[in-house]
Amino acid sequence: MDDLLSDFLTETNESLATLDVALVTLERTPDDAETLSGIFRLVHTIKGTCGFLGLPRLEHVAHAGENVLGKLRDKTLAVTPAIVSLILAAIDRIKAIVAALAETGAEPAGDDCELIAALNAAAANETPAAKPAAKAPEPAPLAEAAPPPEPKAAAAEPAPAAATAPQTAQTIRVTVDVLEDLMTLVSELVLTRNQLLQLARTQDNSPFSVPLQRLSHITSDLQEGVMKTRMQPIGNAWNKLPRLVRDLSHEMGKKIELVMLGADTELDRQVLEMIKDPLTHMVRNSGDHGLESPADRRAAGKPETGTITLNAFHEGGHIILEISDDGRGLPVDRIRAKALASGLATEAELAAMTGGQIERFIFRAGFSTATTVSAVSGRGVGMDVVKTNIEKIGGTIDLKSTSGQGTMFIVKIPLTLAIVSALIVEASKERFAIPQISVVELVRARRDPENTGTAGESLIERINDTPVLRLRNRLLPLVSLTELLQLGVEETAGGAAHVVVAQVGQHMMGIIVDRVFDTEEIVVKPVAPILRHVTMFSGNTILGDGSVIMILDPNGIARGTGVGAGSESRLMQSARIDTQTSADQTAMLLFRAGGSQRMGVPLGLVARLEDIPRDKIEFSGGATVTQYRGKLMPLIAIDGGNGNDQPTQPLLVFAEGDRIMGLMVDEIIDVVDDKLDIELAASQPGLLGTAVIGGAATDVLDTGYWLTRAWQDWFRGVPGKGAEAGQKHVLMVDDSDFFRQLMVPALGAAGFRVTAVSSAAEALRLRDAGKRFDAIVSDIEMPNMDGLHFARTIRAGGPWAEVPLIALTAHDGLEHAEAGRQAGFTDYVAKFEREALVATLRNSLAELAAA
Amino acid sequence: MTVDILDRPDTDVSGDEQQVLVTLTVADQLCGVPVLAVRDILGEQAITRIPLAPPEIAGSLNLRGRIVTAIDLRRRLHLPPAPPNQPRMSVVAEQGGELYALLVDGVSEVLSLDANQFERNPPTLEKTWATFSTGIFRLDGRLLVVLDVSKLLALADEG
Repeated sequence: MDDLLSDFLTETNESLATLDVALVTLERTPDDAETLSGIFRLVHTIKGTCGFLGLPRLEHVAHAGENVLGKLRDKTLAVTPAIVSLILAAIDRIKAIVAALAETGAEPAGDDCELIAALNAAAANETPAAKPAAKAPEPAPLAEAAPPPEPKAAAAEPAPAAATAPQTAQTIRVTVDVLEDLMTLVSELVLTRNQLLQLARTQDNSPFSVPLQRLSHITSDLQEGVMKTRMQPIGNAWNKLPRLVRDLSHEMGKKIELVMLGADTELDRQVLEMIKDPLTHMVRNSGDHGLESPADRRAAGKPETGTITLNAFHEGGHIILEISDDGRGLPVDRIRAKALASGLATEAELAAMTGGQIERFIFRAGFSTATTVSAVSGRGVGMDVVKTNIEKIGGTIDLKSTSGQGTMFIVKIPLTLAIVSALIVEASKERFAIPQISVVELVRARRDPENTGTAGESLIERINDTPVLRLRNRLLPLVSLTELLQLGVEETAGGAAHVVVAQVGQHMMGIIVDRVFDTEEIVVKPVAPILRHVTMFSGNTILGDGSVIMILDPNGIARGTGVGAGSESRLMQSARIDTQTSADQTAMLLFRAGGSQRMGVPLGLVARLEDIPRDKIEFSGGATVTQYRGKLMPLIAIDGGNGNDQPTQPLLVFAEGDRIMGLMVDEIIDVVDDKLDIELAASQPGLLGTAVIGGAATDVLDTGYWLTRAWQDWFRGVPGKGAEAGQKHVLMVDDSDFFRQLMVPALGAAGFRVTAVSSAAEALRLRDAGKRFDAIVSDIEMPNMDGLHFARTIRAGGPWAEVPLIALTAHDGLEHAEAGRQAGFTDYVAKFEREALVATLRNSLAELAAA
Repeated sequence: MTVDILDRPDTDVSGDEQQVLVTLTVADQLCGVPVLAVRDILGEQAITRIPLAPPEIAGSLNLRGRIVTAIDLRRRLHLPPAPPNQPRMSVVAEQGGELYALLVDGVSEVLSLDANQFERNPPTLEKTWATFSTGIFRLDGRLLVVLDVSKLLALADEG
């Protein structure tokens, strides 16, 4: 029996048990709409699932039953004992089939025509006539149900020998309470162990030390094991989906590809169980409603194969699940019409609503725009159930839809029980935990402008008492933890502080703390109900030393301080988006090499700085190499020599992927933030040109050239030419950080103003934010939305429809170029051919100007 | 007295032959809580302060792996704060699946008291005390205020 089937059986048996009770309740209180909806959903789920498992008998019975229940729910049919018996008969039949299924792994043969006819008759409002018909089929399931128990005894022996036996033994269901208790006990054990170890440390040669060591190890293993029982990768909830999508695509005659990202994101198993059904439903919806038929897709200029993308990741103490399709988007007009027709909103209300608000009507109960009821979806149980289920676990759901481009559902689930890594910080002598997931970086800063502190420390500046920090040429809004939490006096001794740079959604902010300790793995426990209104905390936990600590919620802090609302957020957002505009300041690493030249390279390009002993430099095959982290790293000296004569050799290490190289320099001088504006084009290979950095003329290194020297295939670099172009603004879309870092200065040297983004989605956000560019250079191979898709999206309409679009790709070939042109690219340049790219950009812009 | 009884609904105290109370002191006042409401008595504990919490909440502490919210009984009863460095004890009670520790000045003994020593709150009792007290026991030379644990813990409902 496959896993899908056994899961289905477990689930269905649970549902059936609930159904019996619910139906009896219903008979007693026929007006209870909630019970009725509950029953309807259960039957709907059974039907939906068995449709995919290829269980036609079960599906037909459930479908017919669901029809009747749908009528009852819509109150077009009254709840009478006759109808309830009829539904009970259907449930009995389902049970009989399920029981047989559990034993043989296949549906038993049998005919349900009579029962289905009776159900259909009841649905068609012929209740009285249906009553005798309902009686008739009842013996049938009994007769059917009877035979299985007989062979059961006999079959029980041979069956274990077959494949079924190990399956039953592999899993047992344990209530979460048991796991929770275990967890508590283990935490206690760990604390006791720690105390024992502390005691043992004070005694030399204690006879207990060896057994204590073992106890310690076992405790650690036990702790890990218990932790593991609660955590599961989200992929476990997804493993049914490929099959589901495959079947769906067959059924619907659509070509569907399912992309799953972040499958190893760990979720608490309880949460995981709760999102399984909503997730299945949403994927099914995307396939059924979201994606168009191949013909429609062709007509819309999309690839025939539609894509459903699942993406899971941690964000700010939550788990975000994105379910997106590249289909037709939500039909806003139809939703509006339906909302009006069903009285959910008046015409005037609708007129005042944005598209987004109207789209959210699909989360209302009983709302479905599908005009026909298919076996797959479209009965009006749908997104409302999904929403209810997600909200049950304290999550939220939202959607984004662009007509013709697809729909994305964003589900945010809290990690009530999840284990997270947290950074422990201190403010005013009190310790707090910040989920590591939202921490971007830590910056040392000083509070006191008088005290110069050590080099590299930034100063916390104040605008009318609002603290801000200059961080890589942006103003980072700061929040003092002491002030925010009203902890009392800020520690000013030495004036030193740490700034925890945290990302909240699209925004960045800095949290000022006094000290930063280690990171610790913590189990998030919800705060007591009387503290729920304090939104600054997402929970609390017990640290390894037994002390209780509050977990800060960066989202709550952001909300509490206004980051992410109003003008401040816009300021930060634009700052974020424009980070790499070449006119802005860049952190430059200054060094001396090749005699006494002062040279600079963007710090972002340098992977590491190293100082290796001279005797570690070896010569092999005419090249200078060194052993570095278990590999041979080629070394290149700028002056072509073998480096200096000092006992140690400073190196700039460049890395991309698994290729690394070291550039031998004489001396590393400093890191300064300055505007990288190349004023003189280079006269020698290996340099981009000369710029004034930190007040002195500095040769800017052309990293590409040196990389090629080390690795012939890294890419062929041609030094850029200083140029006069009237500051055309170019948007660069490439997923490789390295490439972006390389191209921004190179194109800047050629006279372009460059804004670089790492994904097509980010680029489209810029478009939607109203940014204009003179030309766009895009990579073809990118995760999520590739270059071709990006080009089609741009060309499909909008403000960028006419902008010259240049493709970059590592693939060289006519068919690729052709595919690119068809997608809407103006021109096509092989990646890393800087000169060609600059020439192409100029041509395209010139053509545009001429046109 | 009839009027009094009508004014205040019956509490579970009346009619019981015996009441078993854990006695404790807070600001020199002898108080008692029903022994069945008490899960643990703790000595001095390391308490983590919870910023922005209501003033009655002293913080949280770790009781064998469970996080317990500590409520300062002096603050709850609008009494002056305890002198610094005075060791405090905790009476742990459970409500709605959550554990709470009531910080008191001292816990002494468990007393079994006769119902005939019991009196309802005098109508003149100060409002804060009247809210949390279910009645008074007349002991030899001292009065013991019976505290209503569930009311003491019902911080959230008061907003």
